[in-house]
Amino acid sequence: MPSHTLASPLADDAALPVAVEASGLCRRYGRRWALIDVSFRVPRGTLLMVAGRNGSGKTTLLRVLATAIRADRGTARIEGKDLRAEPQEVRDRIGLLSHQTYLYDSLTALENLQVAARFLGRDAGRVALLPLLEEVGLADRADDPPATFSAGMRRRLSLARVLLKKDASVVLLDEPYGQLDPPGFRLVDRLLGRLRERGATVLMATHLLDRAAELCDHGIVLEQGRLAWSGSAADLAARSGLNAAALPEGGV
Amino acid sequence: MHLAAALHKDVLLQWRGRAQVVAIFVFGATSLLLFSFAIGPDSAALRQHAAGFIWLALLLSSTLTLADSFHSEMEERALEGLLLLPVSPGALYYGKALANWAQLSFLGICLVPVMVVLYDAFTTRFLGLVGIILLGSAGLSAPGTLYAAMTSQARAKQTLLPLLLFPIVVPVLLASVKATSLLILGDPMGQIRSWALLLVSFDLICWSLSGLLFGRVVED
Repeated sequence: MPSHTLASPLADDAALPVAVEASGLCRRYGRRWALIDVSFRVPRGTLLMVAGRNGSGKTTLLRVLATAIRADRGTARIEGKDLRAEPQEVRDRIGLLSHQTYLYDSLTALENLQVAARFLGRDAGRVALLPLLEEVGLADRADDPPATFSAGMRRRLSLARVLLKKDASVVLLDEPYGQLDPPGFRLVDRLLGRLRERGATVLMATHLLDRAAELCDHGIVLEQGRLAWSGSAADLAARSGLNAAALPEGGV
Repeated sequence: MHLAAALHKDVLLQWRGRAQVVAIFVFGATSLLLFSFAIGPDSAALRQHAAGFIWLALLLSSTLTLADSFHSEMEERALEGLLLLPVSPGALYYGKALANWAQLSFLGICLVPVMVVLYDAFTTRFLGLVGIILLGSAGLSAPGTLYAAMTSQARAKQTLLPLLLFPIVVPVLLASVKATSLLILGDPMGQIRSWALLLVSFDLICWSLSGLLFGRVVED
């Protein structure tokens, strides 16, 4: 396995508590390494953009941090809880918007939220959950199954499911703008704003670098599974106008 | 709390897929009909083999029910979504296994009238027969739910599930057939109790072990 570590400067300020700490994370699928020696630290309350080309390891990184899959090597901590040793404690603290919708196609939109609400010990009543559907613009489709939804509407319902977990201190968003229309973009922006207000740490994988540069504090770029670049919001702002095709090659 | 939520979710999913339950019942009833053709018109022989055939029909139907129970969980990785909420794998297992148990028991009870008509296998001890169906279905659904989870992501799941399940449920099949046969043909030596005890023991072991192992099966 190739070994390469780029020390991330993201948490140089020792005064800030670290929300996410990854050290030498490696993950492979079969013989192909999807993550190679990825190390970084994210201070609490930070909005971190995770960028990179298709297949660069963004989704794998978020799935490892969410404990959906295990790292083959390396360690990581979420709010001080080790992913391998304390997965349930980590899951208590995270919210994940995945590529997969995590929805049941045979249940209605409302029932999908009710299932999650019951497991979270929240009020699963129609009255309690309709405002959430209203917020994501699906109140009029509450009693329709997601199987009848467009991809963007399914994404909105997945966002509502993430919003349901109000106490998540670390939120992992995998291409939250994907498949959404412009009002959907604003919905994600509002969600990010709200997460920032309550001091949550957000890791957001996205190809929309311009938008992320406006919203995020820090950014990292993955290249073929390696951490190739990391920088502050100022660096991102300086690169305003970047698009996915202009991602830095081989680190900066 | 998680167990109640899991059971509610699985019962709701089964209710939404009730057309599938009807199709599986028709499959079981058709199996019973075909088995009866193999015996021929000899009513005594039909009655003698009725217990074996109803349990074979239920076993074959169970593989369809069990495999289908994880289809909606894997379609959009809903099961993974629940594990990350977080929900304990044990609660998810027992919710699913209880829902499968209810469905298999219902299927077994629905097949009894078909057996009575086709095999002339009437019994006055209907409650006892329901009890054996409940115990036998529990013995099928506990390991069946675990193996269905294991094979749910495999391409050949419809083949793999029976290959894994059938060998381990031989004691359930044997005890259920013997007990059902004694209920239909008579039990002068009072042997039903010991077969029922064997089923209870098997069920207890399987439900405990499978609940413990489920987490390892569904986690990466």
